[in-house]
Amino acid sequence: MELFKNTNFDFLRWKWPFIGASLVLSLAGITSMAVRGLNYGIDFKGGALMNVKFAYTPPVDKIRAALSKRVKGEVSVLNFTDLSANNEVSIQTELEEERQLNINRQAMADALTTTFGQPGSGKLDLNNASQQQLIDRLRDPLARAGVALSDPQLQKLVADLLNFRNTPPRSGLITGFSQLSSVPGMNAGIMNTLQQECYLAPFNIRNVEMVGPKVGAELRTKAVLATLYALAGMLVYIAFRFEWIYGLGAVIACLHDTIITVGLFSLFNKALDMTVIAALLTLVGYSMNDTIVIFDRIREDLKFMRREPLEVVMNKAVNQTLSRTVMTSGLTFLTVIALFIWGGPVLHPFSFALVCGIIVGTYSSVFVASPIVLFWHNYADRRIKRTRSSSALNAAPRTEPVRKSPTRAVK
Amino acid sequence: MQNNLRLRSVVIVVTLLVCVFGIIGFPKSIDQLKENWSNNIRLGLDLKGGSRLVLQVQVQDAAKAEADQVMDRLKDDFKKQNVSWSSIDRNDPQTVQDAGTTQITIKGIPVTQTSAFRTLLSERYADWVLTSVNSTDYTLRMKPADLEALKTDTVERTIQTIGNRIDQLGLAEKSVQQYGRASDDYQVLVQLPGVDDPARVKELIGTAAVLEITGVKEGPFASREAALAAHGGVLPLNTKLAKSIPRGGDSGEQWYLVNRSPVISGREMRNARSGQDEFRKWETNFTLSQDGGKRFGTFTEANIGNRLAVVLDNSIVSVATIQSKIDDSGRITGLGSEQEAEDLSRYLRSGSLPAGVVYLEERSVGPSLGADSIHQGFVSGVAGLFAVVFAMLVYYKRSGVNAVLALFLNAIVLLAAVSYFHAALTLPGIAGIVLTIGMAVDSNVLIFERIREELRAGKSVVSSVDIGFNKAWWTIVDTHVTTIVSCAFLFLFGEGPVRGFAVTLTIGLFANVFTAVFVSRTIFGYELSSHRRLEALSI
Repeated sequence: MELFKNTNFDFLRWKWPFIGASLVLSLAGITSMAVRGLNYGIDFKGGALMNVKFAYTPPVDKIRAALSKRVKGEVSVLNFTDLSANNEVSIQTELEEERQLNINRQAMADALTTTFGQPGSGKLDLNNASQQQLIDRLRDPLARAGVALSDPQLQKLVADLLNFRNTPPRSGLITGFSQLSSVPGMNAGIMNTLQQECYLAPFNIRNVEMVGPKVGAELRTKAVLATLYALAGMLVYIAFRFEWIYGLGAVIACLHDTIITVGLFSLFNKALDMTVIAALLTLVGYSMNDTIVIFDRIREDLKFMRREPLEVVMNKAVNQTLSRTVMTSGLTFLTVIALFIWGGPVLHPFSFALVCGIIVGTYSSVFVASPIVLFWHNYADRRIKRTRSSSALNAAPRTEPVRKSPTRAVK
Repeated sequence: MQNNLRLRSVVIVVTLLVCVFGIIGFPKSIDQLKENWSNNIRLGLDLKGGSRLVLQVQVQDAAKAEADQVMDRLKDDFKKQNVSWSSIDRNDPQTVQDAGTTQITIKGIPVTQTSAFRTLLSERYADWVLTSVNSTDYTLRMKPADLEALKTDTVERTIQTIGNRIDQLGLAEKSVQQYGRASDDYQVLVQLPGVDDPARVKELIGTAAVLEITGVKEGPFASREAALAAHGGVLPLNTKLAKSIPRGGDSGEQWYLVNRSPVISGREMRNARSGQDEFRKWETNFTLSQDGGKRFGTFTEANIGNRLAVVLDNSIVSVATIQSKIDDSGRITGLGSEQEAEDLSRYLRSGSLPAGVVYLEERSVGPSLGADSIHQGFVSGVAGLFAVVFAMLVYYKRSGVNAVLALFLNAIVLLAAVSYFHAALTLPGIAGIVLTIGMAVDSNVLIFERIREELRAGKSVVSSVDIGFNKAWWTIVDTHVTTIVSCAFLFLFGEGPVRGFAVTLTIGLFANVFTAVFVSRTIFGYELSSHRRLEALSI
């Protein structure tokens, strides 16, 4: 099967509308970043974050009210919009200084327990208990109830119990004790003891992240610097392998992709965190790869199309690589879409960035990187022509039109 | 070509075997296979659940402690050499960055004793730099090289001590390591797989940072202000105020004026255990090192009737009156509970941290989220892979099999590298893998498209394959080298997750050059050599 056989689209004829679109999108991105600002995740601004899964639709206002009473600073409670994250909320609070790191986790967990759990009952919350807590809690009551279990047996029972609780579809939340009857080793005596000693809170704390504000700022600077250095490194390599203007074109195309993607994050108010940085790096990788494949073909075609205008050569190269561009981008897009749909809330920002990035990255190789090289060469050609024609006044008339700049070297 | 092919095949099969061995070892049963797999392919904390703490070692504490010791030695030496002085004091830097500014100020050395003073310092305090402020006053600063050594040593000892303390909790896996740049971050990364509430761990690491036993000058006072007021607002030289930790019976806080330079520091503890005294109250018994014991003996002998304080993290745990000379062992009485006595002896046993620590970051992933992430990652990974395989087979037919084989081999090499390097798969690492797969697909597509082009141009199958590979080669080199260059920069200047991304991607790219070019070429080679005159290629 072949989709594109000897195509001959005049891609660069449409460069202006596309460059216009690129400029508009980039400007929109920058404007959004300037006006709406970037929603830095706690990785970059510091703060405390707790993701909590509820057994029912989370009462966002109630959660916010409960936390505001106990935690200093602003509290934000966000519903997960992701398909695969049912009834999950993300609670974020500010941390003004490193010392608060110790306090906030406890305060947040306490607020949830007092509001939604049964702190007065003296029972252990099975949905948020750790293995050790549960073992300690059950050991004596089980013995009293006449259930004879050795320590390793008890450990295994508790491990199985928690493993059952943690695996999907429960995903950390047990809604009724009857669910536990399928845990291996379960019997009536154990079940009774469990019900006497434990209760089931309607929530499960999925993860907690706390980043001191100082580290946050530092991480941000380091991530941005590392990316800029990486771009500079690539520029130098491409300049060495091709020409400096090719390197510049490729790097500008990558910046263009990054700006548009980050702009989209700003527009949709999605949080930028460390996983998004990983995604942006991946995106830069894809875009760069795509650009180099086309540049490589241009360089090769230039060898036997010396007399053709650069625009024609570029068009030919883009057409020749069209099939591979569509295949590669299409296939990677498939992978990323799968990640976007089924990857879960942790991977969501990552896959969102990549979905945007692959589209923009593929497009920018043809309509951003190549035109930059083209413009530069056209400009250089004109300049050379002008200097030649001014010097031609007192020199012999040239018979051959200048088509190719001497700087368009072929290596 | 035949010999060449055989050699290539040997290389490929050996690589494959080494990689498979790295991933699953020599399993004798299905269970063992699963076990080897989960031992070798370790998942990061973000995927399987656990806690991760980043803390900063307050190296200025160590610099200050060093200065305190030097001040004590100076006084002794001055007395021995009959050098008189009016005051010796040090400043009190508060941040890690200021550790280098720690300095001792010596005032009032008579001009007549300048040479004796200078000789003494150059002979006995060679690692300190002496600067004269005026004819009688001087400052001392640690030499930069010695300061660096002290800082490095402090961080290393902190790492070791934290490791010891966590060991006492009996966790199966843990890792405590240096984090960030060694020379100016002084950070330590603690990773605890399977622990989703690090509160207990933090308690154990953090609360008893610095342990000292020191003489009590005065007290108790009801508040800091009261203590200051008793001295007209200025503390006597070389003393500090410390608050005692309130206990069950006591009401309100109590402040004591204690010596700033301790008699014994945590370093000199040899052993400690909890126990009960004759009134069945909890206590902690400890034994000191030889040096420490000697010093403690001299001090207690000279101070019978005075009081001693056990200070943890600048808070007084207990104050006791010295009844008799104590040599190398002692006890801390009046502890509130068994837990408290046990914790205290644990701190003493594992040695005290050479400096305080401040938490910068804490992340914990609950086991349910970990399980979900793995499940979702698996589902989406399989779905994505299936789509790619399907598309490749439909679009490139027989040659698609080539690409799919190369892709799987790439995945195996990548996993084996993770196993051999004892790395852990984390989310950013998976990002690296996603890009690797993308580029692996791309390499194959590039080659196949080139071969198709040559075929279209009417070349023979053999030469089309040859030219296709040769022409695609330089494109592949360029794209890969560019990405590896960027990975090198990301690794050099990036932080944790960015580095993980760079490492996985670099390994993946090397694997890809091997699989997409070398392996795929070999398979084509076999295909071509099996039919003498191949008319058409399924591509």
